[in-house]
Amino acid sequence: MTEQLVALCDASAVSEDTPVQAKLAGEELCVYLHDGAYYVTQDLCTHGPGYLSEGFVEGCEVECPFHQGKFNFITGEATAAPCTDKLRTWKTTVQDGKIWINPAEHAA
Amino acid sequence: MTHVVVIGAGQAGGRAIEALRGNGFTGPITLIGAETHLPYERPPLSKEMLLDPASPKIDWVRPAAWYAEHNITLKLGQTATKLDRGTKTITLQDSTTISYDKLILATGTTPRKLAIPGGDHPRCICIRTLEDSEKLRPFMAQDSHIVVIGAGFIGLEAAAAARSHGAAVTVLEMAPRPMGRGVPATIGELYAQLHRNKGVDLRLNTQISHIDGPDTEPQIHLADGTTLTATAIVVGIGVLPEQDLATQAGLETNNGIVVNTHAQTSDPDIYAAGDVTRHPNPLLGCDLRLESWQNAQNQAIAAAKNIAGIPTTYAEIPWFWSDQYGINMQITGLPSDTATEVTRGDLSTFQGLLFQLTGAKLTAAIGLNSPRDLRFAKNIIQAQIDVTPDELANPAVKLQDIAKRARPA
Repeated sequence: MTEQLVALCDASAVSEDTPVQAKLAGEELCVYLHDGAYYVTQDLCTHGPGYLSEGFVEGCEVECPFHQGKFNFITGEATAAPCTDKLRTWKTTVQDGKIWINPAEHAA
Repeated sequence: MTHVVVIGAGQAGGRAIEALRGNGFTGPITLIGAETHLPYERPPLSKEMLLDPASPKIDWVRPAAWYAEHNITLKLGQTATKLDRGTKTITLQDSTTISYDKLILATGTTPRKLAIPGGDHPRCICIRTLEDSEKLRPFMAQDSHIVVIGAGFIGLEAAAAARSHGAAVTVLEMAPRPMGRGVPATIGELYAQLHRNKGVDLRLNTQISHIDGPDTEPQIHLADGTTLTATAIVVGIGVLPEQDLATQAGLETNNGIVVNTHAQTSDPDIYAAGDVTRHPNPLLGCDLRLESWQNAQNQAIAAAKNIAGIPTTYAEIPWFWSDQYGINMQITGLPSDTATEVTRGDLSTFQGLLFQLTGAKLTAAIGLNSPRDLRFAKNIIQAQIDVTPDELANPAVKLQDIAKRARPA
Protein backbone atom coordinates (compact mmCIF):
# COMPACT_ATOMS: atom_id res chain seq x y z
CA MET A 1 0.00 0.00 0.00
CA THR A 2 1.28 3.44 -0.89
CA GLU A 3 1.68 5.75 2.05
CA GLN A 4 2.27 8.80 -0.10
CA LEU A 5 0.86 11.69 1.91
CA VAL A 6 -0.15 14.95 0.26
CA ALA A 7 -0.51 18.30 2.01
CA LEU A 8 -3.90 19.95 1.52
CA CYS A 9 -3.68 23.24 3.40
CA ASP A 10 -2.34 25.03 6.46
CA ALA A 11 -3.99 23.82 9.63
CA SER A 12 -4.26 27.43 10.78
CA ALA A 13 -6.54 28.23 7.83
CA VAL A 14 -9.30 25.98 9.17
CA SER A 15 -11.57 26.99 12.03
CA GLU A 16 -14.48 25.22 13.73
CA ASP A 17 -17.16 27.16 11.89
CA THR A 18 -15.31 27.75 8.64
CA PRO A 19 -14.22 24.69 6.69
CA VAL A 20 -11.74 25.19 3.87
CA GLN A 21 -11.64 23.97 0.30
CA ALA A 22 -8.49 22.20 -0.90
CA LYS A 23 -7.68 20.77 -4.31
CA LEU A 24 -6.30 17.34 -4.98
CA ALA A 25 -5.64 16.19 -8.53
CA GLY A 26 -8.45 18.35 -9.87
CA GLU A 27 -10.99 17.32 -7.26
CA GLU A 28 -12.20 19.69 -4.54
CA LEU A 29 -11.94 18.43 -0.98
CA CYS A 30 -13.20 20.02 2.22
CA VAL A 31 -11.17 20.25 5.43
CA TYR A 32 -12.96 20.60 8.78
CA LEU A 33 -11.88 21.19 12.38
CA HIS A 34 -13.89 19.69 15.20
CA ASP A 35 -12.84 19.26 18.85
CA GLY A 36 -9.20 19.78 17.97
CA ALA A 37 -9.17 17.15 15.19
CA TYR A 38 -9.14 17.65 11.42
CA TYR A 39 -11.39 15.81 8.97
CA VAL A 40 -11.49 15.68 5.18
CA THR A 41 -14.38 14.84 2.85
CA GLN A 42 -15.13 15.40 -0.79
CA ASP A 43 -16.27 19.02 -1.14
CA LEU A 44 -19.05 18.43 -3.65
CA CYS A 45 -22.37 17.45 -2.10
CA THR A 46 -23.62 14.01 -3.18
CA HIS A 47 -27.05 15.49 -3.96
CA GLY A 48 -26.48 18.64 -6.00
CA PRO A 49 -23.80 21.04 -7.19
CA GLY A 50 -23.19 22.62 -3.77
CA TYR A 51 -19.76 22.93 -2.14
CA LEU A 52 -19.69 21.94 1.51
CA SER A 53 -16.74 24.27 2.16
CA GLU A 54 -19.26 27.09 1.68
CA GLY A 55 -21.63 25.35 4.07
CA PHE A 56 -22.66 25.68 7.66
CA VAL A 57 -20.99 23.60 10.36
CA GLU A 58 -22.68 22.63 13.60
CA GLY A 59 -20.94 20.04 15.79
CA CYS A 60 -19.70 17.29 13.49
CA GLU A 61 -22.31 18.04 10.82
CA VAL A 62 -21.97 20.16 7.74
CA GLU A 63 -25.04 21.60 6.01
CA CYS A 64 -24.82 22.10 2.26
CA PRO A 65 -25.42 25.73 1.21
CA PHE A 66 -27.36 24.56 -1.83
CA HIS A 67 -30.31 22.62 -0.39
CA GLN A 68 -29.49 22.49 3.34
CA GLY A 69 -29.03 18.72 3.38
CA LYS A 70 -26.58 17.52 6.02
CA PHE A 71 -23.68 15.11 6.46
CA ASN A 72 -21.64 13.87 9.39
CA PHE A 73 -18.17 14.87 8.17
CA ILE A 74 -16.44 12.34 10.44
CA THR A 75 -18.22 9.29 9.01
CA GLY A 76 -19.43 10.83 5.73
CA GLU A 77 -23.00 9.63 6.40
CA ALA A 78 -25.90 11.72 5.08
CA THR A 79 -27.94 12.87 8.07
CA ALA A 80 -30.69 15.10 6.64
CA ALA A 81 -32.78 15.20 3.47
CA PRO A 82 -32.40 15.58 0.61
CA CYS A 83 -28.98 13.93 0.96
CA THR A 84 -28.89 10.14 0.97
CA ASP A 85 -25.49 9.10 -0.42
CA LYS A 86 -22.37 9.11 1.76
CA LEU A 87 -19.45 11.47 1.29
CA ARG A 88 -16.00 9.97 0.75
CA THR A 89 -13.77 10.69 3.73
CA TRP A 90 -9.99 10.61 4.23
CA LYS A 91 -7.91 10.06 7.34
CA THR A 92 -5.84 13.12 8.22
CA THR A 93 -2.37 13.65 9.61
CA VAL A 94 -1.16 16.99 10.99
CA GLN A 95 2.50 17.65 10.39
CA ASP A 96 4.58 20.84 10.05
CA GLY A 97 1.40 22.90 10.52
CA LYS A 98 -0.26 21.31 7.52
CA ILE A 99 -3.10 18.82 6.97
CA TRP A 100 -2.04 15.71 5.06
CA ILE A 101 -4.02 12.84 3.56
CA ASN A 102 -3.25 9.71 1.59
CA PRO A 103 -4.99 10.10 -1.80
CA ALA A 104 -4.74 6.34 -2.37
CA GLU A 105 -7.45 5.88 0.25
CA HIS A 106 -9.94 6.56 -2.52
CA ALA A 107 -9.14 5.98 -6.16
CA ALA A 108 -9.74 9.13 -8.19
CA MET B 1 -52.37 -2.42 9.08
CA THR B 2 -52.58 1.30 8.49
CA HIS B 3 -52.68 2.15 4.78
CA VAL B 4 -51.19 5.55 3.96
CA VAL B 5 -52.21 7.14 0.67
CA VAL B 6 -50.29 10.13 -0.67
CA ILE B 7 -51.94 12.26 -3.34
CA GLY B 8 -49.40 14.26 -5.29
CA ALA B 9 -46.10 12.84 -6.58
CA GLY B 10 -43.95 15.96 -6.38
CA GLN B 11 -41.18 16.86 -3.97
CA ALA B 12 -43.54 16.85 -0.98
CA GLY B 13 -45.17 13.53 -1.86
CA GLY B 14 -41.83 11.87 -2.51
CA ARG B 15 -40.23 13.16 0.68
CA ALA B 16 -43.28 12.14 2.71
CA ILE B 17 -42.94 8.55 1.54
CA GLU B 18 -39.19 8.53 2.09
CA ALA B 19 -39.72 9.82 5.63
CA LEU B 20 -42.49 7.31 6.38
CA ARG B 21 -40.14 4.45 5.54
CA GLY B 22 -37.19 6.19 7.17
CA ASN B 23 -39.10 6.56 10.43
CA GLY B 24 -40.21 2.97 10.81
CA PHE B 25 -43.58 2.97 9.08
CA THR B 26 -43.93 -0.52 7.57
CA GLY B 27 -47.58 -0.51 6.46
CA PRO B 28 -48.77 -0.26 2.88
CA ILE B 29 -48.21 3.04 1.05
CA THR B 30 -49.87 4.16 -2.19
CA LEU B 31 -48.63 7.15 -4.17
CA ILE B 32 -51.07 8.81 -6.58
CA GLY B 33 -49.67 11.32 -9.06
CA ALA B 34 -51.21 13.18 -11.98
CA GLU B 35 -47.87 13.23 -13.83
CA THR B 36 -46.56 9.99 -15.28
CA HIS B 37 -43.19 10.56 -13.56
CA LEU B 38 -41.87 9.49 -10.22
CA PRO B 39 -41.33 12.43 -7.82
CA TYR B 40 -38.65 14.87 -8.98
CA GLU B 41 -37.33 18.22 -7.81
CA ARG B 42 -38.72 21.23 -9.64
CA PRO B 43 -36.15 24.01 -9.01
CA PRO B 44 -33.94 22.92 -11.97
CA LEU B 45 -36.88 23.28 -14.41
CA SER B 46 -36.32 27.03 -14.66
CA LYS B 47 -32.54 26.84 -14.06
CA GLU B 48 -30.21 24.00 -15.06
CA MET B 49 -32.71 22.35 -17.39
CA LEU B 50 -32.98 25.51 -19.46
CA LEU B 51 -29.29 26.40 -19.26
CA ASP B 52 -27.71 23.08 -20.14
CA PRO B 53 -27.69 22.48 -23.88
CA ALA B 54 -27.16 18.75 -23.37
CA SER B 55 -29.96 16.79 -21.82
CA PRO B 56 -29.47 17.61 -18.15
CA LYS B 57 -29.92 15.11 -15.40
CA ILE B 58 -33.27 15.01 -13.70
CA ASP B 59 -33.16 15.23 -9.90
CA TRP B 60 -35.37 12.30 -8.93
CA VAL B 61 -36.29 12.30 -5.25
CA ARG B 62 -35.50 8.55 -5.27
CA PRO B 63 -34.56 6.22 -8.14
CA ALA B 64 -37.26 3.92 -9.51
CA ALA B 65 -35.78 0.86 -7.82
CA TRP B 66 -36.23 2.46 -4.40
CA TYR B 67 -40.03 2.46 -4.70
CA ALA B 68 -40.07 -1.25 -5.53
CA GLU B 69 -37.60 -2.09 -2.75
CA HIS B 70 -39.73 -0.17 -0.26
CA ASN B 71 -43.00 -1.70 -1.36
CA ILE B 72 -44.68 1.50 -2.57
CA THR B 73 -47.76 1.06 -4.78
CA LEU B 74 -47.57 3.60 -7.58
CA LYS B 75 -50.61 5.07 -9.30
CA LEU B 76 -48.94 7.53 -11.67
CA GLY B 77 -50.64 9.38 -14.52
CA GLN B 78 -53.80 9.25 -12.40
CA THR B 79 -55.76 12.19 -11.04
CA ALA B 80 -57.73 11.80 -7.85
CA THR B 81 -61.19 13.11 -8.66
CA LYS B 82 -63.01 12.61 -5.38
CA LEU B 83 -62.25 12.32 -1.70
CA ASP B 84 -64.97 10.75 0.48
CA ARG B 85 -64.10 11.26 4.12
CA GLY B 86 -67.13 9.26 5.30
CA THR B 87 -66.02 6.03 3.66
CA LYS B 88 -62.34 7.05 3.69
CA THR B 89 -61.97 6.43 -0.03
CA ILE B 90 -60.43 8.21 -2.99
CA THR B 91 -61.81 7.89 -6.50
CA LEU B 92 -59.38 8.08 -9.41
CA GLN B 93 -60.16 9.35 -12.89
CA ASP B 94 -60.45 5.77 -14.16
CA SER B 95 -63.22 5.25 -11.54
CA THR B 96 -61.21 2.89 -9.33
CA THR B 97 -61.48 3.60 -5.63
CA ILE B 98 -58.75 3.33 -3.04
CA SER B 99 -59.31 3.12 0.71
CA TYR B 100 -57.05 4.93 3.15
CA ASP B 101 -56.48 5.02 6.85
CA LYS B 102 -54.25 8.08 6.75
CA LEU B 103 -54.06 10.46 3.81
CA ILE B 104 -51.45 13.04 2.85
CA LEU B 105 -52.51 15.73 0.39
CA ALA B 106 -49.42 16.96 -1.43
CA THR B 107 -51.19 18.28 -4.48
CA GLY B 108 -49.03 21.41 -4.86
CA THR B 109 -50.01 24.26 -7.07
CA THR B 110 -51.00 24.89 -10.65
CA PRO B 111 -49.74 27.83 -12.69
CA ARG B 112 -52.11 30.75 -12.96
CA LYS B 113 -53.40 31.03 -16.52
CA LEU B 114 -53.13 34.21 -18.52
CA ALA B 115 -56.71 35.51 -18.39
CA ILE B 116 -56.65 37.61 -21.54
CA PRO B 117 -57.85 36.88 -25.08
CA GLY B 118 -55.25 34.60 -26.67
CA GLY B 119 -53.80 33.64 -23.30
CA ASP B 120 -54.10 30.03 -24.44
CA HIS B 121 -51.91 30.54 -27.54
CA PRO B 122 -49.97 27.29 -28.22
CA ARG B 123 -46.65 29.07 -27.69
CA CYS B 124 -47.63 30.25 -24.19
CA ILE B 125 -45.63 28.04 -21.80
CA CYS B 126 -45.81 27.87 -18.03
CA ILE B 127 -42.90 26.16 -16.26
CA ARG B 128 -44.22 23.56 -13.86
CA THR B 129 -43.33 20.13 -15.26
CA LEU B 130 -40.43 18.41 -17.00
CA GLU B 131 -42.43 18.55 -20.23
CA ASP B 132 -42.90 22.31 -19.90
CA SER B 133 -39.18 22.82 -19.51
CA GLU B 134 -38.37 20.47 -22.39
CA LYS B 135 -40.89 22.24 -24.59
CA LEU B 136 -39.47 25.68 -23.84
CA ARG B 137 -35.75 24.91 -24.11
CA PRO B 138 -35.49 24.55 -27.95
CA PHE B 139 -37.11 27.96 -28.44
CA MET B 140 -34.19 29.62 -26.66
CA ALA B 141 -31.78 30.29 -29.53
CA GLN B 142 -29.68 33.04 -31.16
CA ASP B 143 -32.40 34.18 -33.54
CA SER B 144 -35.39 33.79 -31.26
CA HIS B 145 -37.34 36.28 -29.19
CA ILE B 146 -38.57 35.07 -25.84
CA VAL B 147 -41.25 37.19 -24.20
CA VAL B 148 -41.61 36.57 -20.50
CA ILE B 149 -44.85 37.60 -18.86
CA GLY B 150 -44.29 38.15 -15.14
CA ALA B 151 -40.99 39.20 -13.56
CA GLY B 152 -41.12 36.76 -10.67
CA PHE B 153 -38.41 34.24 -9.83
CA ILE B 154 -39.38 31.74 -12.53
CA GLY B 155 -39.84 34.36 -15.22
CA LEU B 156 -36.47 36.00 -14.48
CA GLU B 157 -34.66 32.66 -14.27
CA ALA B 158 -36.12 31.79 -17.68
CA ALA B 159 -35.08 35.22 -18.99
CA ALA B 160 -31.50 34.66 -17.77
CA ALA B 161 -31.42 31.22 -19.40
CA ALA B 162 -32.75 32.61 -22.68
CA ARG B 163 -30.07 35.33 -22.70
CA SER B 164 -27.38 32.72 -22.08
CA HIS B 165 -28.50 31.05 -25.33
CA GLY B 166 -28.33 34.38 -27.14
CA ALA B 167 -32.06 34.88 -27.53
CA ALA B 168 -33.56 38.36 -27.48
CA VAL B 169 -35.63 38.66 -24.32
CA THR B 170 -38.46 40.98 -23.33
CA VAL B 171 -39.90 40.78 -19.83
CA LEU B 172 -43.32 42.29 -19.19
CA GLU B 173 -44.34 43.02 -15.61
CA MET B 174 -47.40 44.90 -14.47
CA ALA B 175 -45.91 45.89 -11.09
CA PRO B 176 -43.36 48.70 -10.69
CA ARG B 177 -40.54 46.28 -9.77
CA PRO B 178 -39.51 42.69 -10.33
CA MET B 179 -39.96 39.90 -7.76
CA GLY B 180 -42.23 42.19 -5.77
CA ARG B 181 -43.72 39.42 -3.66
CA GLY B 182 -40.42 37.77 -2.81
CA VAL B 183 -37.71 40.36 -2.23
CA PRO B 184 -37.46 43.96 -0.95
CA ALA B 185 -37.40 46.86 -3.42
CA THR B 186 -33.63 47.28 -2.90
CA ILE B 187 -33.00 43.83 -4.34
CA GLY B 188 -35.74 44.13 -6.95
CA GLU B 189 -34.17 47.31 -8.33
CA LEU B 190 -30.70 45.72 -8.35
CA TYR B 191 -32.03 42.79 -10.38
CA ALA B 192 -33.93 45.09 -12.75
CA GLN B 193 -30.58 46.73 -13.53
CA LEU B 194 -28.83 43.35 -13.79
CA HIS B 195 -31.29 42.08 -16.39
CA ARG B 196 -31.08 45.32 -18.35
CA ASN B 197 -27.28 45.17 -18.30
CA LYS B 198 -27.52 41.63 -19.68
CA GLY B 199 -29.60 42.92 -22.57
CA VAL B 200 -33.12 42.13 -21.39
CA ASP B 201 -35.81 44.59 -22.43
CA LEU B 202 -37.50 44.79 -19.03
CA ARG B 203 -40.76 46.70 -19.12
CA LEU B 204 -42.32 47.43 -15.74
CA ASN B 205 -45.79 48.86 -15.10
CA THR B 206 -46.81 47.16 -18.32
CA GLN B 207 -50.25 45.75 -19.09
CA ILE B 208 -51.02 43.27 -21.85
CA SER B 209 -54.20 43.61 -23.84
CA HIS B 210 -54.33 40.39 -25.86
CA ILE B 211 -52.35 37.81 -27.82
CA ASP B 212 -52.99 36.66 -31.36
CA GLY B 213 -51.02 35.69 -34.46
CA PRO B 214 -50.11 32.39 -36.12
CA ASP B 215 -49.53 29.28 -33.99
CA THR B 216 -45.76 29.56 -34.45
CA GLU B 217 -45.51 33.35 -34.17
CA PRO B 218 -47.55 34.81 -31.34
CA GLN B 219 -48.10 38.53 -31.23
CA ILE B 220 -48.40 40.21 -27.86
CA HIS B 221 -50.39 43.42 -27.88
CA LEU B 222 -49.69 45.74 -24.98
CA ALA B 223 -52.20 48.15 -23.47
CA ASP B 224 -50.18 51.11 -24.77
CA GLY B 225 -50.72 49.92 -28.35
CA THR B 226 -47.31 48.40 -29.07
CA THR B 227 -47.04 44.88 -30.47
CA LEU B 228 -44.30 42.30 -29.86
CA THR B 229 -43.72 39.23 -31.98
CA ALA B 230 -42.34 36.27 -30.05
CA THR B 231 -40.90 32.85 -30.72
CA ALA B 232 -42.32 31.66 -27.42
CA ILE B 233 -44.00 33.23 -24.41
CA VAL B 234 -43.09 32.23 -20.88
CA VAL B 235 -46.02 32.78 -18.55
CA GLY B 236 -44.85 33.16 -14.97
CA ILE B 237 -47.63 34.98 -13.20
CA GLY B 238 -47.92 32.93 -10.06
CA VAL B 239 -49.56 29.73 -8.99
CA LEU B 240 -52.78 28.65 -7.31
CA PRO B 241 -53.07 25.92 -4.67
CA GLU B 242 -54.53 22.63 -5.95
CA GLN B 243 -57.13 22.45 -3.20
CA ASP B 244 -60.35 21.46 -5.00
CA LEU B 245 -60.28 17.88 -3.70
CA ALA B 246 -60.01 19.18 -0.14
CA THR B 247 -62.65 21.88 -0.57
CA GLN B 248 -65.14 19.44 -2.08
CA ALA B 249 -64.54 17.04 0.80
CA GLY B 250 -65.38 19.80 3.28
CA LEU B 251 -61.86 20.33 4.62
CA GLU B 252 -61.03 23.85 5.72
CA THR B 253 -59.31 25.84 2.96
CA ASN B 254 -58.27 29.47 2.72
CA ASN B 255 -56.03 30.05 -0.30
CA GLY B 256 -54.48 26.73 0.63
CA ILE B 257 -55.50 23.70 2.65
CA VAL B 258 -55.47 24.81 6.27
CA VAL B 259 -53.26 22.64 8.50
CA ASN B 260 -51.95 22.93 12.06
CA THR B 261 -48.31 22.83 13.17
CA HIS B 262 -48.40 19.02 12.80
CA ALA B 263 -49.38 19.36 9.12
CA GLN B 264 -52.81 17.98 10.02
CA THR B 265 -55.97 19.28 8.32
CA SER B 266 -59.34 19.82 9.98
CA ASP B 267 -59.79 16.01 9.59
CA PRO B 268 -57.32 14.28 11.95
CA ASP B 269 -56.76 11.40 9.49
CA ILE B 270 -55.80 13.76 6.69
CA TYR B 271 -52.52 15.62 6.52
CA ALA B 272 -51.32 18.08 3.89
CA ALA B 273 -47.84 19.28 3.01
CA GLY B 274 -45.98 21.56 0.64
CA ASP B 275 -47.06 24.44 -1.56
CA VAL B 276 -50.75 23.61 -1.10
CA THR B 277 -50.91 24.28 2.65
CA ARG B 278 -51.71 27.35 4.69
CA HIS B 279 -49.95 26.66 7.95
CA PRO B 280 -49.10 28.46 11.18
CA ASN B 281 -45.44 29.34 11.65
CA PRO B 282 -44.87 29.27 15.43
CA LEU B 283 -41.48 31.01 15.10
CA LEU B 284 -42.95 33.98 13.26
CA GLY B 285 -46.42 34.00 14.81
CA CYS B 286 -48.30 34.13 11.52
CA ASP B 287 -49.96 31.88 8.95
CA LEU B 288 -48.14 31.29 5.68
CA ARG B 289 -48.60 29.55 2.36
CA LEU B 290 -45.11 29.04 0.98
CA GLU B 291 -44.09 28.12 -2.53
CA SER B 292 -40.69 26.79 -1.67
CA TRP B 293 -38.47 23.78 -1.90
CA GLN B 294 -37.71 23.83 1.84
CA ASN B 295 -41.36 23.81 2.81
CA ALA B 296 -42.23 21.06 0.31
CA GLN B 297 -39.55 18.83 1.77
CA ASN B 298 -39.67 19.55 5.47
CA GLN B 299 -43.39 19.94 6.05
CA ALA B 300 -43.83 16.61 4.25
CA ILE B 301 -41.27 15.02 6.56
CA ALA B 302 -43.15 16.44 9.57
CA ALA B 303 -46.45 15.00 8.29
CA ALA B 304 -44.83 11.60 7.74
CA LYS B 305 -43.28 11.52 11.20
CA ASN B 306 -46.60 12.35 12.82
CA ILE B 307 -48.22 9.47 10.95
CA ALA B 308 -45.32 7.20 11.90
CA GLY B 309 -46.00 7.97 15.56
CA ILE B 310 -43.26 10.52 16.16
CA PRO B 311 -44.99 13.77 17.22
CA THR B 312 -43.33 16.52 15.19
CA THR B 313 -43.99 20.24 15.04
CA TYR B 314 -43.15 21.93 11.77
CA ALA B 315 -41.46 25.22 12.64
CA GLU B 316 -38.81 26.71 10.40
CA ILE B 317 -37.66 30.14 9.34
CA PRO B 318 -38.54 30.31 5.61
CA TRP B 319 -35.64 29.97 3.22
CA PHE B 320 -35.60 30.20 -0.57
CA TRP B 321 -33.16 30.72 -3.40
CA SER B 322 -32.96 31.86 -7.01
CA ASP B 323 -30.12 31.48 -9.52
CA GLN B 324 -29.83 34.09 -12.29
CA TYR B 325 -26.75 34.67 -14.48
CA GLY B 326 -24.66 32.50 -12.16
CA ILE B 327 -25.55 34.64 -9.15
CA ASN B 328 -27.00 32.73 -6.23
CA MET B 329 -29.56 34.70 -4.24
CA GLN B 330 -30.84 33.27 -0.98
CA ILE B 331 -33.65 34.73 1.07
CA THR B 332 -34.52 33.94 4.66
CA GLY B 333 -37.14 35.32 7.01
CA LEU B 334 -40.01 37.49 5.85
CA PRO B 335 -38.91 40.44 3.70
CA SER B 336 -40.98 43.59 4.15
CA ASP B 337 -41.20 47.02 2.59
CA THR B 338 -41.11 48.87 5.90
CA ALA B 339 -38.14 47.36 7.74
CA THR B 340 -34.84 49.18 8.34
CA GLU B 341 -32.21 48.03 5.85
CA VAL B 342 -28.50 47.44 6.43
CA THR B 343 -25.98 46.26 3.86
CA ARG B 344 -22.88 44.10 4.36
CA GLY B 345 -20.48 43.77 1.44
CA ASP B 346 -21.18 45.26 -1.95
CA LEU B 347 -24.59 44.43 -3.36
CA SER B 348 -23.76 46.18 -6.63
CA THR B 349 -21.14 43.49 -7.31
CA PHE B 350 -23.60 40.80 -6.18
CA GLN B 351 -21.42 39.84 -3.25
CA GLY B 352 -22.95 40.65 0.10
CA LEU B 353 -26.07 40.69 2.20
CA LEU B 354 -29.04 42.94 2.74
CA PHE B 355 -30.44 42.75 6.27
CA GLN B 356 -33.87 43.89 7.35
CA LEU B 357 -34.46 44.85 10.96
CA THR B 358 -37.48 45.70 12.99
CA GLY B 359 -36.22 47.30 16.19
CA ALA B 360 -33.27 45.24 17.42
CA LYS B 361 -34.47 42.04 15.70
CA LEU B 362 -33.38 40.72 12.35
CA THR B 363 -36.51 39.84 10.36
CA ALA B 364 -35.10 38.98 6.93
CA ALA B 365 -31.82 38.65 5.08
CA ILE B 366 -31.05 38.36 1.40
CA GLY B 367 -27.63 36.98 0.50
CA LEU B 368 -26.02 37.42 -2.90
CA ASN B 369 -23.36 34.76 -3.47
CA SER B 370 -23.11 34.52 0.33
CA PRO B 371 -24.73 31.23 1.30
CA ARG B 372 -22.83 30.62 4.52
CA ASP B 373 -23.41 34.09 5.93
CA LEU B 374 -27.06 33.79 4.97
CA ARG B 375 -27.28 30.58 6.96
CA PHE B 376 -25.95 32.35 10.05
CA ALA B 377 -28.51 35.09 9.46
CA LYS B 378 -31.24 32.44 9.51
CA ASN B 379 -30.00 31.31 12.92
CA ILE B 380 -29.95 34.90 14.19
CA ILE B 381 -33.57 35.35 13.07
CA GLN B 382 -34.64 32.07 14.62
CA ALA B 383 -32.91 32.74 17.97
CA GLN B 384 -34.26 36.33 18.02
CA ILE B 385 -30.84 37.68 18.93
CA ASP B 386 -30.63 41.45 19.44
CA VAL B 387 -28.48 43.04 16.75
CA THR B 388 -27.30 46.54 15.89
CA PRO B 389 -27.13 47.99 12.38
CA ASP B 390 -23.44 48.83 12.90
CA GLU B 391 -22.33 45.28 13.62
CA LEU B 392 -24.40 43.87 10.77
CA ALA B 393 -22.79 46.34 8.38
CA ASN B 394 -19.27 45.65 9.64
CA PRO B 395 -17.67 42.68 7.87
CA ALA B 396 -15.09 42.47 10.67
CA VAL B 397 -17.88 41.25 12.96
CA LYS B 398 -18.45 37.64 11.95
CA LEU B 399 -22.09 36.66 11.69
CA GLN B 400 -21.27 33.32 13.29
CA ASP B 401 -20.14 35.20 16.39
CA ILE B 402 -23.42 37.12 16.50
CA ALA B 403 -25.30 33.85 16.01
CA LYS B 404 -23.49 32.35 19.01
CA ARG B 405 -24.63 35.12 21.34
CA ALA B 406 -27.08 33.98 23.94
CA ARG B 407 -30.56 35.31 23.68
CA PRO B 408 -30.93 38.25 26.09
CA ALA B 409 -32.81 37.46 29.26
